[in-house]
Amino acid sequence: MTWDQLEPLLWTALGETLQMVLTAMVVGGFFGLLLGIGLYVARPGNLLQSRALFVVINVLINLVRPIPFIIFLAALGPLTRIVVGTTIGTPAVTFAMCVMTSFVFARIVEQNLVSLDPGMIEAARAMGASPWRIIVTVLVPEALAPLILGFTFLFIGVLDMSAVAGYVGGGGLGDLAIVYGYQQYNWVVTYVVVLVIVVLAQLAQLLGNLLARKALHR
Amino acid sequence: MSDALTAPAADAAGARPGEPIIRFRDVTKVFRTGSEVRAVDGVTLDVLAGEVFGVIGYSGAGKSTLVRLVNALETATSGTIEVDGTTVTDLPEARLRPVRARIGMIFQQFNLLGSRTVAGNVAYPLRVAGWPRARREARVAELLEFVGIADKARSYPSRLSGGQKQRVGIARALAADPRILLADEATSALDPETTQDVLALLRRVNRELGVTVVIITHEMDVVRTTCDRVAVMEHGKVVETGDVYDVFANPRQPVTRRFVETALRDRPGPDVVARLRTRHPGRMVVVGVDEQTGSSARVTQTLRTHGVDGTIVYGGITEVASRPYGSLTFELVGDGDRIARVVAELESYTDVVDLGTAEEPRDDASSEEVVR
Repeated sequence: MTWDQLEPLLWTALGETLQMVLTAMVVGGFFGLLLGIGLYVARPGNLLQSRALFVVINVLINLVRPIPFIIFLAALGPLTRIVVGTTIGTPAVTFAMCVMTSFVFARIVEQNLVSLDPGMIEAARAMGASPWRIIVTVLVPEALAPLILGFTFLFIGVLDMSAVAGYVGGGGLGDLAIVYGYQQYNWVVTYVVVLVIVVLAQLAQLLGNLLARKALHR
Repeated sequence: MSDALTAPAADAAGARPGEPIIRFRDVTKVFRTGSEVRAVDGVTLDVLAGEVFGVIGYSGAGKSTLVRLVNALETATSGTIEVDGTTVTDLPEARLRPVRARIGMIFQQFNLLGSRTVAGNVAYPLRVAGWPRARREARVAELLEFVGIADKARSYPSRLSGGQKQRVGIARALAADPRILLADEATSALDPETTQDVLALLRRVNRELGVTVVIITHEMDVVRTTCDRVAVMEHGKVVETGDVYDVFANPRQPVTRRFVETALRDRPGPDVVARLRTRHPGRMVVVGVDEQTGSSARVTQTLRTHGVDGTIVYGGITEVASRPYGSLTFELVGDGDRIARVVAELESYTDVVDLGTAEEPRDDASSEEVVR
């Protein structure tokens, strides 16, 4: 395979990967943030403590997170069919990625919030702030730098998830590496894809570090 | 530092100076985490409007919990707490918020929001209270001027020293015109010099703005220099309350005595007395010095009248609530009868501990009880 043949395939694959990853990052990031905050504030003794909410979210996260993504993708099939209308192709994979990302990020969010100094929350309470105001104006802004780093960390995981899209007829860089590289013993294709993925990950990390530093105010 | 801050408008409904502004009635707080802990145990206490009230105790005595009951950050297990006419123990969480907004609070670890500038921190309670932007900015500028850090308005807290952070904390606590300021170990993370600056600022807050200040501390020096009245806490109970001067001059509980001793090491302990005897074999007496004795003027006069020489060998006089307080240990040299008359006269107007002479020692055998 020549570069002229590979190049268009590479661009298409990169586009598909970015589409899957960015969708999962945005959707999963949003729901993950909500779930993570929900888990944190529902903790016993916390702002909106609720044993029921805490147990439900906690069990869900623990249930979903350890499942290897390729198995999760298959297991989620019935729900994917209801929501997306099909269990194959890039949209189906993207949906599964959004769900998994939400739960993974929820745990990252919760862990970062737990390590926040409870004194700041107490100070805000002492000033008469409502729980919702505290969540929006204290919790999230104060944990912003670690949240950004956690979100960056998530990017690598999501990129990893996108690699198995080929198994259910989706595209992307992972599919390209397997179909044109691994299965055809074409090491060049494999390594070109590896290189692209490494560059992607580096760029994401660079951007994440930059934003986190800006958020730190030190 | 300017005193440009406008004092809060007198609250028609609130407690007048000298009337109780915080009332605890048989308040108990029990924590049930594994074992049961009675952090606050049957406390009945009044804090008067316009005073600086100290609550002193060792860590774990329950003083931090007590102060958190005032703005209901902790809810009482039983008993009632009334704050400026509102019974906070009756109110649900949502109705407590406006009450809390009228009570300022500062903390040992400052608890500033790291993601906001100094000005942003001071503006926070005003945003909560829904002040319009222009009023908010004017108020923030005024407060930063008052606490003396106007030049740091746009800095982030991580750039400030401990003393500066606590000034921001005080400005933030004062933002919404509170009638009460709660200071939870507000100087415990500061060095001695900065501690004095912050305490002086709290005094100004009290005097110039008429804010009632409640200071939680484990340092008797803070009470000595800053408070009008004090409550001593031990094991969740208030064991002693009174004017700071009275508590210093006449501590009734052992725990209070220990605190008083930490603020003024004026009286020699048994080992010090033993060393003093080797250098000063004559009759030694510890003479209490207070307002009545006019520092040591009256003592000097007594010595002169009876023709006895007194050498000061130990002691200390300090100010408690702006009044002189302490003791001096004299070696009395002269005729035995005259010395006896001096001791008798001293005993007539102040407390005297007769240590005897090196040959005939007295009173220092039972150490603490006698010497204090």
